[in-house]
Amino acid sequence: MRAKVNDVEVELAEGGTVEDVLRERGYPDSGVAVALDGQLVRRSAWASTDVPDGARIEVFTAVQGG
Amino acid sequence: MPDPLVIADRKFSSRLIMGTGGAANLAVLERALVASGTELTTVAMRRADTEGGTGVLDLLRRLDITPLPNTAGCQSAAEAVLTARLAREALDTNWIKLEVVADERTLLPDPVELLEAAEQLVQDGFTVLAYTNDDPVLALRLAEAGVAAVMPLGSPIGTGLGIRNPHNIELIVARANVPVVLDAGIGTASEAALAMELGCDAVLLASSVTRAQDPERMAEAMRDGVRAGRLARGAGRIPQRFWARASSPPR
Repeated sequence: MRAKVNDVEVELAEGGTVEDVLRERGYPDSGVAVALDGQLVRRSAWASTDVPDGARIEVFTAVQGG
Repeated sequence: MPDPLVIADRKFSSRLIMGTGGAANLAVLERALVASGTELTTVAMRRADTEGGTGVLDLLRRLDITPLPNTAGCQSAAEAVLTARLAREALDTNWIKLEVVADERTLLPDPVELLEAAEQLVQDGFTVLAYTNDDPVLALRLAEAGVAAVMPLGSPIGTGLGIRNPHNIELIVARANVPVVLDAGIGTASEAALAMELGCDAVLLASSVTRAQDPERMAEAMRDGVRAGRLARGAGRIPQRFWARASSPPR
């Protein structure tokens, strides 16, 4: 199963969740937010949200700006 | 706290809101933020690398400055609403500086998308600080939509052209039932002072400090400019006259 995480192609185990992806990719679990195929996934749902094959995951954080 | 700035349920003793964009590095930014005396400072939302944050949130936390996430870079209501929700999730705050611009060249707010996004975010429980044009009618519409502050531009973002239509800013102030924050276009301290003399409740600026030759010194100038303008507004200036009026007694 494949997905794109911030435009990087990654290989995932079948049945992987958003939480699995973040952990595997080494993202911290605070200070970030996740969109799955353009929709926000609340932190409370990370562990229960499956990542479908071909999904586009975006991980966001705060940077200097404005 | 004497003469606090009140936005929604929060009080601030500083009336200078800072941005973090444009600083050469975090050390320069830190010195500028401290010199400015700010208590509320914007950050942008961008894709994270696997290290996570860029250090700016840690810096604000250490300086006890409240981060104000923005929706910079968004050109549609849908994008801005998603970005606001991502910011709420990442930063654990329902405050958002709403910014929906029409194009990259002018960075002027798109009024149609802006109002639409403001309505949706207010509905969704956000405390919305809306970056807007210097348009008194749009400012009123945003206030009616329930934003916590309207933030008209003095001139386009990053131009340093100052306040191009002071009368419009006064019209916005005269009718606003929410705080008015002059946001964007400030180039130097006299313009920050003018914003306050026109009756604005606060000033938001970034480039004029972070891109100044000496950001720390300019931050201090802005702090004092905002304070001077606020005092002058409250003090009641003399009316302007055509002919001279002696200030010394006749002999």
